[in-house]
Amino acid sequence: MHAVHHDVIVIGGGLAGLRAAVELADSGIDSAVVSRVHPLRSHSVAAEGGINAALGNAEESASDSPEIHAYDTVKGSDYLADQDAVEILVTEGIDRVYEMEHWGTPFSRTDDGRIAQRAFGGGTYHRTCYSADKTGHALLTTLYERSIKEGVVVYEEHLVVRLVLKNGRTAGVVALDLLKGKLVGIGARAIVFAGGGFGRTYRHTTNAHINTGLGTAVPYWAGVPLKDMEFVQFHPTSLPGTSILITEGVRGEGGILRNASGERFMSRYVKMQPPDLAPRDIVTRSMMTEIEEGRGFTGPWGPYLNLDVTHLPKRIIEERLGGIRELSQSFADIDPERKPIPVIPAQHYSMGGISTDNNGATPVPGVFAAGESACVSVHGANRLGGNSLLETLVFGRRAGISAASYVKKNDIPFDDTLVEQEVSAFGDYVQDLFSREGGKRIFDLESELQAIMEEDVGIFRSRDGLSNALERLKDLRKRVWNTGVSVHTLRYNLEFVRAMDLRAMTDLAIAGTSGALLRNESRGAHFRRDFRERNDEEWMKHTVSTFTPEGPLISYDPVRVTKFEPTRRVY
Amino acid sequence: MVEKGKMHFRIFRFDPDNDKSYHYDEYDVETLPGEVVLSALLDIQKKVDPTLSFRYSCRMAVCGSCGMVINGQQRLACKTQLSSLNGPEVVVEPLSSMPVVKDLVVDMGKFFANMKKIQPYLIRYSADPGKEVLQSPDEWRRIDRLVDCISCGVCTTACPVFWTNHSYLGPAALVKAYRFLSDSRDEGYNEHMEHVALDNGALTCKDAYQCTVSCPKSINPQEAIEGLRAMMLRKRTWEKIHHQTAEQAITTTS
Ligand SMILES: Cc1cc2nc3c(=O)[nH]c(=O)nc-3n(C[C@H](O)[C@H](O)[C@H](O)COP(=O)(O)OP(=O)(O)OC[C@H]3O[C@@H](n4cnc5c(N)ncnc54)[C@H](O)[C@@H]3O)c2cc1C
Ligand code: SF4
Ligand code: FES
Repeated sequence: MHAVHHDVIVIGGGLAGLRAAVELADSGIDSAVVSRVHPLRSHSVAAEGGINAALGNAEESASDSPEIHAYDTVKGSDYLADQDAVEILVTEGIDRVYEMEHWGTPFSRTDDGRIAQRAFGGGTYHRTCYSADKTGHALLTTLYERSIKEGVVVYEEHLVVRLVLKNGRTAGVVALDLLKGKLVGIGARAIVFAGGGFGRTYRHTTNAHINTGLGTAVPYWAGVPLKDMEFVQFHPTSLPGTSILITEGVRGEGGILRNASGERFMSRYVKMQPPDLAPRDIVTRSMMTEIEEGRGFTGPWGPYLNLDVTHLPKRIIEERLGGIRELSQSFADIDPERKPIPVIPAQHYSMGGISTDNNGATPVPGVFAAGESACVSVHGANRLGGNSLLETLVFGRRAGISAASYVKKNDIPFDDTLVEQEVSAFGDYVQDLFSREGGKRIFDLESELQAIMEEDVGIFRSRDGLSNALERLKDLRKRVWNTGVSVHTLRYNLEFVRAMDLRAMTDLAIAGTSGALLRNESRGAHFRRDFRERNDEEWMKHTVSTFTPEGPLISYDPVRVTKFEPTRRVY
Repeated sequence: MVEKGKMHFRIFRFDPDNDKSYHYDEYDVETLPGEVVLSALLDIQKKVDPTLSFRYSCRMAVCGSCGMVINGQQRLACKTQLSSLNGPEVVVEPLSSMPVVKDLVVDMGKFFANMKKIQPYLIRYSADPGKEVLQSPDEWRRIDRLVDCISCGVCTTACPVFWTNHSYLGPAALVKAYRFLSDSRDEGYNEHMEHVALDNGALTCKDAYQCTVSCPKSINPQEAIEGLRAMMLRKRTWEKIHHQTAEQAITTTS
């Protein structure tokens, strides 16, 4: 069997991956998308609230500008974002949003027919463009449609398990074709990794089941460094039990957070109006404080608080929050028009990821990355809602352009033989897995991992908790890497998939926990009970992790500050 | 605190690598209130039988992965509450008439191939403005429901016409065509209509209404198909292609 090859392959069919692929197809480069699921099944589809761009369409935001958007983003990031990258995000972002509209995205509209914009956490103005409360679905569907128009080739349901390098340069990947149950090699002169987030390392997450980070771990294992892995966003509002997201857009439309005595508690934590729309790290900590101090409700799934929209006009709920109504009814048996929605914070977003520059390039020649699995960094220590969808489009496109120009500039021959050798080496590894005990153990180890992360690497952290977690994770790692697989055919073998996912999740968890233990300060989503303040003198720097089986080698990169000097972050 | 229940699952199994034909496996599952079919399947996979294969991802009825036949009805596993199924017996089978890859996983190739026939993207010949193409809230409302389609395949595989004729575009592809044809920004009437107005297009539908009954996103594919027929009548599309009026075609085919 011969390995196929393309000049560039894109790993991931979410927004970031498809945006890169559309750019590559448009520039006439021989390229293809490789994705573990059909592109439409990627978790971008689940994004609800919207995408930020300073269009100034809403009455309230006529004086908005990219510069103010940049300021909000940098302040929201607790000054850890690279400001030149943020400038790219907010300026090019405007073109990307208009472009998506031209390609057919059904954005909600203002009375005069322009793209409607709503308020979102940490934004000075109404800046979040939306398609009801199904913006991710609207954008992903449109971009997939565009990819059909551009003739983008997709290897569907191909799970990428290994990155193949030759003399330190990209040569291709090994993937499992799930439908055929065969290992395949795909040669490539450049690769864009766009594998999305890895929320499943936590027990409670708004992320899909497939968001395990395998697409991030594959380049990490091959030597591509990760950045800022200790920064994990916990979204304030998810449904108890299922952790299904209730968008910040609900508060953007006027929803109010209340504790068990009906009090709008957020006004005790921040001065801004409305207080419920403070950035996510702050709202999440405030909610957990309410619960710790006994002002939460208790339900069958544990403690929770209320998100109240019963005072909003019916029309707003129907037209702008129809998705939330459907989710609340189907998954919590609540009609939000009549009763408040029970909510609890849950893991939501990975600020850290594959370390890239502003063009999506990593230190390894030919390896690029974009989207949630990458870290440029535009989100720093805390992402603002609505900025992530924007990042996927702006930096997905940039990664596509860079990969195209890289293969044009560097005439690197394909090495199909090497890729095939790696396929057969991985085949041996699979046989080895089959010879060892698997089955239920994989699920038990997965639960153990998720419990460690939730208990000690969550919203509130401390040295004791983190060092305890790191020890337990390293012990867990040995067991994880020793488990086998009890199902011995590869066609749609979900146990095998989960065994690979678990290896990825464990190593990403170790990278994040190691960074968190070293970072003796509180910044954005990383809150240390033993170091409650931000410390710019020592910690205005990005954590960079390079893989070793014993744990990451950690180094630091400076933060690029252009216009906004760090000041105290008050809302 | 949470009261547990018990349910009995009968699940379609077929592993082309080991089996000559399909069979059903039976499982008893402990269930919690509010639980959906997907979480019960995950439980079976986790605690009893790791060989069970099915598609799932978002678990919130938006990625379209988990279409399957549950107690004879095409549905999303993640949106089907166990309590909504009458009684403790649950039969789970793959989407009807599709080639089975393994267990509940089917080959959706034909479904997406049909979708591609209607040129499923916004077509414009006018130059795009520097900003957005204007669209009034009323114009937006015309596509609001239609764009909710998650391509789950539930409607198309619930359609008895499609069961016997996979060349029939099927409700999902027709919804997609209607979505673009109803979009005030689109200028591709002929392109989207090409296959809709051919045999195996909108006139092949026999009004079985199964699509509308089963769509998990409350889209009304039947209404979309009627809308397409109305467009064809108005613009005399059928006549131009088939040299016969659409009214004649409807009377002779039904
Ligand atoms: C519920 C929810 C709501 C959100 N709402 C908003 C919002 O309103 N606004 C906002 O800005 N952001 C929002 N976000 C965040 C935002 O949606 C995501 O960060 C973004 O969509 C990620 O896009 P992506 O392309 O990077 O990854 P994804 O869309 O997750 O795509 C990842 C792709 O990689 C593929 N892949 C991964 N690993 C492999 C592998 N090993 N082999 C092959 N393929 C692989 C997958 O198949 C998939 O196609 C939300 C997130 C969630 C969870
Ligand atoms: S119309 Fe409904 S049933 Fe048909 S594919 Fe779309 S969402 Fe699924
Ligand atoms: S798992 Fe996504 S629709 Fe059911």
